Amino acid sequence: MTVFIIRRLMQSAIVVFVMSFLVFGGVNIVGDPVEMMVSDEADQEERERVIKSMGLDKPWYIQYGKFVTNALQGDLGNSFVYGEPALQIIVQRMPATFELAFVSLLMSIIIGIPFGVWAGLFPERFSSKLIMSGSIVGFSLPTFWVGLMMIMVFAVMLGWLPSTGRGDTVIVFGMELSFFTPDGLSHIFLPALNLALFNTSLVIRLTRAGVREAIHMDYIKFARAKGLSYRRVIMVHLMKNIMIPVVTVLGLEFGGLIAFSVVTETVFAWPGMGKLIIESIQNLDRPIIVAYLMIIVLVFVVINLVVDILYSILDPRVRLQDVSS
Amino acid sequence: MSVKDTSPTLEVRNLQTHFFTKAGDAKAVDGVSFSVGKGEIMGLVGESGSGKSVTGFSIIGLVDPPGNVVGGEVLYNGKNLVGLPDEQMRQLRGNRIAMIFQDPMMTLNPVLRVDTQMVETILAHDPSVSKQDALARSRDALGRVGIPAPDERLRSYPHQFSGGMRQRVAIAIALLNKPDLIIADEPTTALDVTIQGQILYEAQKLCRETGTSMIWITHDLAVVAGLADSICVMYGGRVVEQGLINDVLDHPVHPYTRGLLGSVPGANSRGTRLYQIPGMAPSLLNLPQGCAFQARCPRADEACLVEPQITEPIAGRGVRCCHPHLNAEEEIGA
Repeated sequence: MTVFIIRRLMQSAIVVFVMSFLVFGGVNIVGDPVEMMVSDEADQEERERVIKSMGLDKPWYIQYGKFVTNALQGDLGNSFVYGEPALQIIVQRMPATFELAFVSLLMSIIIGIPFGVWAGLFPERFSSKLIMSGSIVGFSLPTFWVGLMMIMVFAVMLGWLPSTGRGDTVIVFGMELSFFTPDGLSHIFLPALNLALFNTSLVIRLTRAGVREAIHMDYIKFARAKGLSYRRVIMVHLMKNIMIPVVTVLGLEFGGLIAFSVVTETVFAWPGMGKLIIESIQNLDRPIIVAYLMIIVLVFVVINLVVDILYSILDPRVRLQDVSS
Repeated sequence: MSVKDTSPTLEVRNLQTHFFTKAGDAKAVDGVSFSVGKGEIMGLVGESGSGKSVTGFSIIGLVDPPGNVVGGEVLYNGKNLVGLPDEQMRQLRGNRIAMIFQDPMMTLNPVLRVDTQMVETILAHDPSVSKQDALARSRDALGRVGIPAPDERLRSYPHQFSGGMRQRVAIAIALLNKPDLIIADEPTTALDVTIQGQILYEAQKLCRETGTSMIWITHDLAVVAGLADSICVMYGGRVVEQGLINDVLDHPVHPYTRGLLGSVPGANSRGTRLYQIPGMAPSLLNLPQGCAFQARCPRADEACLVEPQITEPIAGRGVRCCHPHLNAEEEIGA
């Protein structure tokens, strides 16, 4: 297990390094930040002063070398727009995005698993068919449109829930969180539900497929032959087996939620990383974009590791070891 | 040596289990009757699709849709189990009537430890038992079926056992609540022959010691010959011949039983062509009019177009045939 984790961490380091190269290279080719930064009336001298101050006069490999050296020391450069360290700006926005992703993940589990189990146990019932059709809708409707409709219905027409912002927050473990105040909860509900829509549909379909497959297995019949209650057969014998694919997919989707909450954060004006990255792309704020992408890579790497470990807990047949592939 | 009790542990009367499929109604079990006395082992023999497994599941109430028990009675100690409320049936399952399945690789839940799977079987029927007592009973049960180091094995997962060991665990689970009846659905088919011998020996010993009755479902006549007290041969969802094991095997009366026995390769048939019953087992969806075996039977004639009833041409024997082999001197397989 320890060997496995160390090995995975080393692999991750390589992934992060390659990614840093790609990201830096990609961002360097796009656009000219100087155009954005300098006012139209600035003369050539002024322009050159700015270029020099941002280190843009050096060849790309020197810039990259400097970037890597600084990055290893936790310095991903100063934002062109804010003039503050890029990492610091992103880290400030991180709790909001993580909180949104986490609540949305929770929602998709709480809604998706019971519905999926129901649809799997009683596939012929009308309610199950309704659930399955609903999941197709959840898959196919674009997030931004659903978000706008939610705002229209619940915020504008009914006035039940606020449409933008985070509401009251409290500091928990040094992070600002909306989850623990009633006002914050009312603010997070709509964006989280919006973000959860796709994953809920995914969980419903995965769970249903798992139930349909596992219910005919001999071990389920044997569990029933042992005289166990229906509840125990479903909740323990069935659930533990179908959780394996669900956890795998949800783990990977959690990374996706963080990385792609961009649309939802924009629609609901949620002050997270996604909104920041959109603004930074518009401003060609290169250090922020690079820092953001690097953090997302790290998040994915960590999540994959956690999923592998969870997997071994759920399925005793999986032993974590370095598989030579 | 079986003690004939006046009241059998299990009596099945005219059991009918049908499967209502899109292709039509399959009469998987059609009018099966037999009884199993206390401590008695009955072999239920037949080809694949003869309805023997469905008979087992019908007794324990685990026939899944589209199947359904549509008629007959399953009398356990005189109480009819057909139509019994789910909760009462659940209390009997795994407690008074246990079942062992065919494939030991599939019967244990792969993600639960053996102790969990054993303890829950005890607690499902008696929640007042403490966890410690349940564990102790589980350990004893594992020891009884010949699993070494049961203390360690309790904490293992099923994939850490071999096939034979898993089947022993399944048998240990079936025995946990000291049931009156065990239905064993081809429990040794997936095991190799030496393991099969050990399992048979254990099963026979346990039945003798505890007075547990057993229905041993198999297609292997050699297994039944060494194990059972009585035998019931099924074909096309119906019982075609039943009686005490030695009577039936020594002097089979039904042409199908004779065919089955003739198909067993013997030590003195070396070098000769093996006997086989011509044709194939009929589809349950499309059984012929009258006797189900007529198309493959050397003795079939017009009389077989009418469904024969179970008769008792010899005392203690049931035969469903229009032309039974009542002459003891006829050669088997002819």
